[in-house]
Amino acid sequence: MSDQSVSDIGRDERIKETSRLRKALVRPELGSICGAILVFVFFLLVARDSGMFAVDGIMNWGVVTAQFAIIAVGACLLMISGEFDLSVGSMIGFSGIVIALLSVTWGLPMWFAILVAFAVAMSIGWLNGYLVIKTGLPSFIVTLAFLYILRGLTIFIAISTTNKTIIGGVRDAAEGDWLAPLFGGKVLKGLFVWLADIGLVDTFVAGNLAGQPVVEGIPMLIVWAIALIVFAHILLTRTKFGNWIFASGGDAQAARYTGVPVNRVKILMFIFTAFCATVFATCQVMEFGSAAADRGLLKEFEAIISVVIGGALLTGGYGSVIGAALGALIFGVVQQGLFFAGVESSLFRVFLGTILLLAVILNTYIRRMITGEK
Amino acid sequence: MTEPIIQMKDIEKHFGAVIALAGVSMDVVPGECHCLLGDNGAGKSTFIKTMSGVHKPTKGEIFFEGKPMNFDRPRDAIAAGIATVYQDLAMIPLMSVSRNFFMGNEPTKKIAGLSFFDHKHANDVTMEEMRKMGINLRGPDQAVGTLSGGERQTVAIARAVHFGAKILILDEPTSALGVRQTSNVLATIDKVRSQGVAVVFITHNVRHALAVGDRFTVLDRGKTLGTAKRGEITPEELQDMMAGGRELATLEGSLGGTV
Repeated sequence: MSDQSVSDIGRDERIKETSRLRKALVRPELGSICGAILVFVFFLLVARDSGMFAVDGIMNWGVVTAQFAIIAVGACLLMISGEFDLSVGSMIGFSGIVIALLSVTWGLPMWFAILVAFAVAMSIGWLNGYLVIKTGLPSFIVTLAFLYILRGLTIFIAISTTNKTIIGGVRDAAEGDWLAPLFGGKVLKGLFVWLADIGLVDTFVAGNLAGQPVVEGIPMLIVWAIALIVFAHILLTRTKFGNWIFASGGDAQAARYTGVPVNRVKILMFIFTAFCATVFATCQVMEFGSAAADRGLLKEFEAIISVVIGGALLTGGYGSVIGAALGALIFGVVQQGLFFAGVESSLFRVFLGTILLLAVILNTYIRRMITGEK
Repeated sequence: MTEPIIQMKDIEKHFGAVIALAGVSMDVVPGECHCLLGDNGAGKSTFIKTMSGVHKPTKGEIFFEGKPMNFDRPRDAIAAGIATVYQDLAMIPLMSVSRNFFMGNEPTKKIAGLSFFDHKHANDVTMEEMRKMGINLRGPDQAVGTLSGGERQTVAIARAVHFGAKILILDEPTSALGVRQTSNVLATIDKVRSQGVAVVFITHNVRHALAVGDRFTVLDRGKTLGTAKRGEITPEELQDMMAGGRELATLEGSLGGTV
């Protein structure tokens, strides 16, 4: 074959040259980048004077964003590997109760309670994955079953041991523990004192905290969120395992033919999702000082919506951790922003549904561009 | 004639009461394209799955490079150098060509003791291998979904050869393709063969087989009807053998040799 004909094969006169713009458009994060910019512009216009963009305001929606982000990261990798986990919300409630029950009710050390919660939750994550792989049932059904099983068990355990659905006193039990500050502590406290000294951060003017900065430090929740986002993003885009995640979700059979251990990848992703849910639960229990059996309600859907806004396909094989994190940011900013702007908070759900619909439509369009389907 | 790289002797495969293969023999030598022909249900798929380690034969012997072969899993066969390219399941459309090319064989580099996917190496190798096969990519990050069916087959074949396939089994690579794409795939088979790889080309299209085949084995109802060399057999004879010499002979006239 001559060189002439070789170069001819690559250039088909019926294929238009794709513009740079179009190429830039075909990225999973596109929708969430646009959405995030839009949301920030909106609230800068509407709620600028409400303190939303002061340091304590930023910390307010930053924490909410971090909460969404932690569970969205797990859901994101799992969705790219081709599966769902609807039991995330129930898992949050369950892990919280396990921690409070062991540490407060039974008086065991806090670090032990936390480690047990992680072990139990990750075992349930493994069981979710194992059942999905072994039965071949859709993960939607298997994890829906666990949504109910775990929630029911959580309430049952709480009631039958303490006669209550809320177990308090966690903060006292965590006093002096070495592991608890990893979830409930705050970092960079010195920085905020310094920022207050030079006048960049407001200080309390009255009360027993007078003179201290309004923001004490960065909560570990935000540190966890950033760490998980960075870890998951690198894992997905820069490692061999990341390629396996894409392959498992893209076409499990084709991946198996080339030697990708699809079952192992999927089960590990279920375990990782459970890990993220437990990080969320532990941070929340430490922050509130109590665990409640109804915590984490609907969190699984919020996680999935964040991921979908971030450009992941519900069918798997495509998506981005950065996108999911931006999806979480949109959520956090809007949920708290509506409060700052003095808008009725029930409108948040209207927004949620609308943006979900728009995101899915955009994603479908992007996928058609990538695969050339009609 | 060189020694066969793989020899299948009197292979039988029973699935319960169904006898899928009733004593099939075939051998493949390096650098040849051995066409396996047969109508639907003739046992072609069962036979190549036996060769690639998916099925264990009920009876019969397989010799790979002169030694008796007993693969437990397809993975063992792949490791030994027997690669199978399936028609629909070769590539993942949403992933880039380079990610697809190295799927399951990702190159890694160590940074600070951690192992990372070596994207630069993967991209360079992919572009080079694709150029050799006559496919000019826009870039290594181009999604496989934008390639045509023939190009996808070619990428899958190039991938198998790059990772050291000694025997390349192609399961009906041309049956869903148009004329031009088919000719590209056939040209690819020719290139691979000239590199010394033994190609097993499964098809039910006599013209595709005759275009590249060195030898032809016809299966019918789980039995082999013999192996013929190139030039020893006419398209009509092959066609008749595939249909088991049955009514096709009479149909031939009315169809005007178009089958």
